[in-house]
Amino acid sequence: MGIVTPGFQGRPRSGAPNLPPGQYLTPDFPVLSAGPTPKVPRETWEFVISTETGMEYRWSWDEMMALPQETPTVDIHCVTRWSKLGTTWQGVSLDALLDGIDTAADYALAHSYGDYSTNLPLDDLRDGQAWLVHTYDGDDLPAEHGGPARLLVPHLYFWKSAKWVRGIRLMVEDNPGFWETAGYHDYGDPWREQRYQGD
Amino acid sequence: MTALPYVDGNMLDGPLGEVFAVDLSTATGRCAHCGTASPVAGLRVYSHAPGLVARCPVCTEVILRLVRAPDRVWLDLRGATFLQFPMPPE
Ligand SMILES: [Zn+2]
Repeated sequence: MGIVTPGFQGRPRSGAPNLPPGQYLTPDFPVLSAGPTPKVPRETWEFVISTETGMEYRWSWDEMMALPQETPTVDIHCVTRWSKLGTTWQGVSLDALLDGIDTAADYALAHSYGDYSTNLPLDDLRDGQAWLVHTYDGDDLPAEHGGPARLLVPHLYFWKSAKWVRGIRLMVEDNPGFWETAGYHDYGDPWREQRYQGD
Repeated sequence: MTALPYVDGNMLDGPLGEVFAVDLSTATGRCAHCGTASPVAGLRVYSHAPGLVARCPVCTEVILRLVRAPDRVWLDLRGATFLQFPMPPE
């Protein structure tokens, strides 16, 4: 048995290596919203991926839930400077949704119930980097956090993880979304602190 | 969630006052979506967001967005067909 040094509490959490520049840790899960919270019943919920040639691929709630489920534990970083580490979700990988869809698109525009939208390169939705999630911390995703289902793209600022997502348009050209047309960065990498256009 | 989802447009006086040299509290804006002219003070402002989003009190479409960076500000007015300001008689 070693001697416990009184007062030794381990390393402080601030300056954690997994905290991007300019961010602070929060134990809370702040609710951010650009508009009223849409009420979307699961019975009428659908998710649609459309391609640049006009093909559409649709999933009902039950069809989405029948796909292989994953349980990512990820750090999330909001452009308003809060970060939350080790958040746990359940949902479907975008790889599973994009599997078998024939497209030459390089860009994606996620769009939501309530008319929110956000753009990303299609590659950022592939290779285990993005999910359509319906469960947070073991419970149904609350409406104020984007339920019944939201996008989860944790390697980009959290505005890219569209709440109440209803579909993704695959496009040959980049089309900026709601915040990207109002000054925010087109890509939004928190590790390069890409908050605003030109950052 | 206990906070109101939005606040009234009076909260725009300070942030918009950085951009305009006129008094916003008595301005009127016309919604590009439904055509309703509303006092700016009567807009519904969603402020728990990366920017300020002011919506029409009638149709809830976006009329105005304001994003403040440390060294820049973006004002997006595509949802308004006009802003009207009262002026002293010429
Ligand atoms: Zn309107």
